Amino acid sequence: MPVTSYSKPVIGATGKTGSWRTFTPKIDYDECSRCRTCWLHCPEAVISLDEDGTPHIDLDYCKGCGCCAEVCPKKCIAMIREGFDEEESP
Amino acid sequence: MKTELMSANYAAARAVMSARVEVVAAYPITPATTIPEQIALLNETGQWPGQFIRVESEHSAMFACTGASSTGARTFTATSSNGLLLMDEALHWAAAARLPIVLANINRSVSPSWNIHVTHDDSMSKATTGWIHFYVSSVDEFYHTIIQAFKLAEDERVLMPVMINADGFVLSHTLSTYDYLEPEEVDKFLPPYKPPHWVMDPENPVSHGNIVFPEYYMEFRYAMHEGTHNALKVYEEVEREYKKLFGKYFGGPIDCYRCDDAEVVFTSQGSVAAEAKDAIDELREEGYKVGNARMRMIRPFPVDRIRELGSRVKGFASFDRSVSYGYGGPVAHDIRATMYNTKHRPIIKSYIGGLGGRDMTVSDIKEVILDTVKAVENGETGPEETWHDLR
Ligand code: SF4
Ligand code: SF4
Repeated sequence: MPVTSYSKPVIGATGKTGSWRTFTPKIDYDECSRCRTCWLHCPEAVISLDEDGTPHIDLDYCKGCGCCAEVCPKKCIAMIREGFDEEESP
Repeated sequence: MKTELMSANYAAARAVMSARVEVVAAYPITPATTIPEQIALLNETGQWPGQFIRVESEHSAMFACTGASSTGARTFTATSSNGLLLMDEALHWAAAARLPIVLANINRSVSPSWNIHVTHDDSMSKATTGWIHFYVSSVDEFYHTIIQAFKLAEDERVLMPVMINADGFVLSHTLSTYDYLEPEEVDKFLPPYKPPHWVMDPENPVSHGNIVFPEYYMEFRYAMHEGTHNALKVYEEVEREYKKLFGKYFGGPIDCYRCDDAEVVFTSQGSVAAEAKDAIDELREEGYKVGNARMRMIRPFPVDRIRELGSRVKGFASFDRSVSYGYGGPVAHDIRATMYNTKHRPIIKSYIGGLGGRDMTVSDIKEVILDTVKAVENGETGPEETWHDLR
């Protein structure tokens, strides 16, 4: 055991933190303009981009904060409550 | 080594030079101010090549030290009274992060009432942080203990920060001779600090201070306890080496004077403990078998040394320049608690005095010791504590 608590940064050092999520972002790719605003703002840096700018969210670590949905200029990211589908999500 | 004439604060700034400290972050507060002031001057004139970080508070000072020490830099700060109290959160942090920071605390009364003279309440209230606590009695001892403190703190068996306490004005601003060591001389004793446990390094990043849930939090606290505990044994080695190299020895955790055949010993911290030697000499001339046990280290508490003393004396006259309000003299109570787990029952008298810088002269100290001598003769423990010279 070390004498004080520290860890080397590795992916998922504290487990899959996406399990804490209450709301899940869902991108409507038909509407998405590939502007990268969501990628820039995600505080967890879990949005990656294809070469053409198409965003992909890593749901293993997305904490569901909704920042991406808030900043999206096209308003094409929906936040869907876990366990509900898009229509019935409160 | 060369002898110089300086105040304890000026000498402390020279110890920073001698120990090749790399980072100092400090905020001025009377009566510690001239320590950072002198360090800044030595820095500006190129005599001390380290980094001096000017901060906006003591809280920031200790956290800047924490950051600097985390990168593996030898780190120092100085403060006093309210400044030490403002550092509180960071003091706990530095100890639990196991950072070998050295802090010079110039003991000053805590407000209100506003008073810039000595009381030990500031440092005594920090006795449970994990920091190793020294009290010194002379300019020379202050200077050399700072150098020794780095060796002690950086030892792999310890890795805990060290606080060295010196009485405000009585030591901080009083000129006396001390023996200065050039950094080249100290190199033999104190190699550069290389963190053996963890380091903040952008080439090899780690995250520190992570969440530790109930499964392991206690184990980290136990490791801190062990580190501070080990300081007693390690300091013995440090002092032995220091004596061999530089001929300086200050008496270990408890500096005993004429204690060998003593029936009553006077214990105290700080400058009173030096004054007490004269009181002992006078009382010896008057035929009393008394000795002086100068408490240099109170955390870790020198349990074995107290028990050894307590096994052969009839009484302790334990003097505190501090109060644990609602309980009494903090060190007197530590001595009482230490003796409880032995079969020896010397009378342990507790005296509180000298608060707010009220003078404790040789005759005051004699009065205190004679009160214990009388208690020993009558076999009566008397009151829980006695406030000396209370109006
Ligand atoms: S919900 Fe939050 S964490 Fe998840 S992708 Fe959007 S911004 Fe990132
Ligand atoms: S912010 Fe909205 S429009 Fe822009 S890339 Fe992200 S999802 Fe697409």
